[in-house]
Amino acid sequence: MKIAIASGKGGTGKTTVAVNLAWYLADRSRKVQYIDCDVEEPNGHFFLSPYLNEKADACVMVPVVDQQKCSSCGECVKKCQFNAIARLPGNTLIFPELCHGCGLCVLVCPNKALSEGERTIGYVETGMGWGGVQFAHGVLNVGEPMPNPLIRQVKHRGLEDHVCIIDAPPGTSCPFVETISDADLVILVTEPTPFGLHDLKISVDVALARGKQICVVVNRENGPFTPLNEYLAVNKLKVLARLPEDRRVAEAYSTGEILVQAMPEYAVHFEAIADAVIGMMNNCSREVRP
Amino acid sequence: MKEVVIISGKGGTGKTSFTAAMSELFSDRVMADCDVDAANLNLVLNAEITETFEFVSGHRAAVDPAKCVACGRCRDVCRYDAISPDYVVDGFACEGCGACYFLCPVGAVTFEETLCGHYFTGRNAKGQGSTFAELLPGAENSGKLVMAVRTKAKEMAEGSGSNIILTDGPPGIGCTVIASLTGASFIVFVTEPTVSGVHDLKRVMDLANFFKLPGAVVINKADLNSAFCDEIQQLCEERGFGLLGLIPYEPLISQAQRQARTILSHAPDCPASMAIREIHQKLIKRLETD
Repeated sequence: MKIAIASGKGGTGKTTVAVNLAWYLADRSRKVQYIDCDVEEPNGHFFLSPYLNEKADACVMVPVVDQQKCSSCGECVKKCQFNAIARLPGNTLIFPELCHGCGLCVLVCPNKALSEGERTIGYVETGMGWGGVQFAHGVLNVGEPMPNPLIRQVKHRGLEDHVCIIDAPPGTSCPFVETISDADLVILVTEPTPFGLHDLKISVDVALARGKQICVVVNRENGPFTPLNEYLAVNKLKVLARLPEDRRVAEAYSTGEILVQAMPEYAVHFEAIADAVIGMMNNCSREVRP
Repeated sequence: MKEVVIISGKGGTGKTSFTAAMSELFSDRVMADCDVDAANLNLVLNAEITETFEFVSGHRAAVDPAKCVACGRCRDVCRYDAISPDYVVDGFACEGCGACYFLCPVGAVTFEETLCGHYFTGRNAKGQGSTFAELLPGAENSGKLVMAVRTKAKEMAEGSGSNIILTDGPPGIGCTVIASLTGASFIVFVTEPTVSGVHDLKRVMDLANFFKLPGAVVINKADLNSAFCDEIQQLCEERGFGLLGLIPYEPLISQAQRQARTILSHAPDCPASMAIREIHQKLIKRLETD
């Protein structure tokens, strides 16, 4: 089972929920893997302190021009939708950062002057984390604009027989869509503010459009915020837990502590999330999948 | 005219709350919200929309079943697994590369331009300008939408003779962040003294260095962890970025946020508001000398 922990707004507590849920499930003898897909700013390793025993470059394919064969006809330039190729007299230039690796230029070149080479955009690391949680994350190189190919490669490290807790990047656009694409359940972490609610609505719309099952965790609750509760009720979104606003949580977070260890009174919240997740897992396995 | 971009790497460090407060202190400014997939600034600015623009960018493929001969060519050339075995294109998975469109032997693939979102110009009750955008759920090309928002902000600033644009940037280090800061005049990093905050700050500082941009740091929630606070100050010195000031952890900020107000108007005399006014003064001086 794959569970993506996401939020439109940044800093609502995705990583806190993801690492604590992973740790809690492992503590209850489940096989768990934590997968950090926030490749632009991965932070899960600070909390799960994994022993990383494998590191692999993450590569994408980019075109390479054989200038001898190139007739500067401009066919590749015309077809490339990403403006990643430019034609100068006697020289065809590739802008690798703009390339989406679609391979079209190679196929349309009449002179077979283009081939593909690998370009490194970051790396993937795997290992064993705190409490026996399997760990995988990706780190995007600074200056690289496109995280999606790396997100795909991190997700490929998912272990079939494990509960995979996938920590998603903030936002609601393509990296988020890529991260949740094969999740069985999306847990959206929000906070009871107009910002949190605004971004929650967009995330819900995207996840629903992808046909996802959605649950919500409300973080930093400090008295009722009616607009959020109304939205959750109207859209029949199940709330798995409500964590209170608590400066001590922020302090524990600041040093990379696992919350349920530092403050055992919080275990009850993750127990509730874990129970719901386990219940859904059992339901899923009973269902006959098409 | 100076274009100041506020970014953080990590989400939820207080970028938007800080930016909104700055909008009250700079009287002669235009605001731009470049966090296009989770745009929240206008929830505080309350600008009335004056103009709406369609953001049409990129293409989406679709297979015409009447013409399709099910030869499999499109599925073979698509690298994004966006075409199902019964030849239906998944609009979320499609990157808009056009390989299927250009290579379909019977011309059964259409490739229309797509509406990816909208962007807006607005003015508040005082007549101060701002721009922001809404990406359609799950749409792509967010980097280009950021450019559209910035261009509109520049036009507004030139039109009104404003000498500063304050840009609320997105979290992360990827395409929307790069699109937000290339060619800008100055970067304000809003960070927090947590293990993740420091890690993510280093990566956005590397990004700023990559584009050779000057900048300075604001430490929010500064009293959460003094050791990390010291580390950030040291980091500023090592990397040649200034320190604009420290804002204490202040529960009133989330209270203000809940009422969609800035901390300055909600609690003008609280320590956080005083710190923000000092930071404003320092920022003005820094921009004059830069």
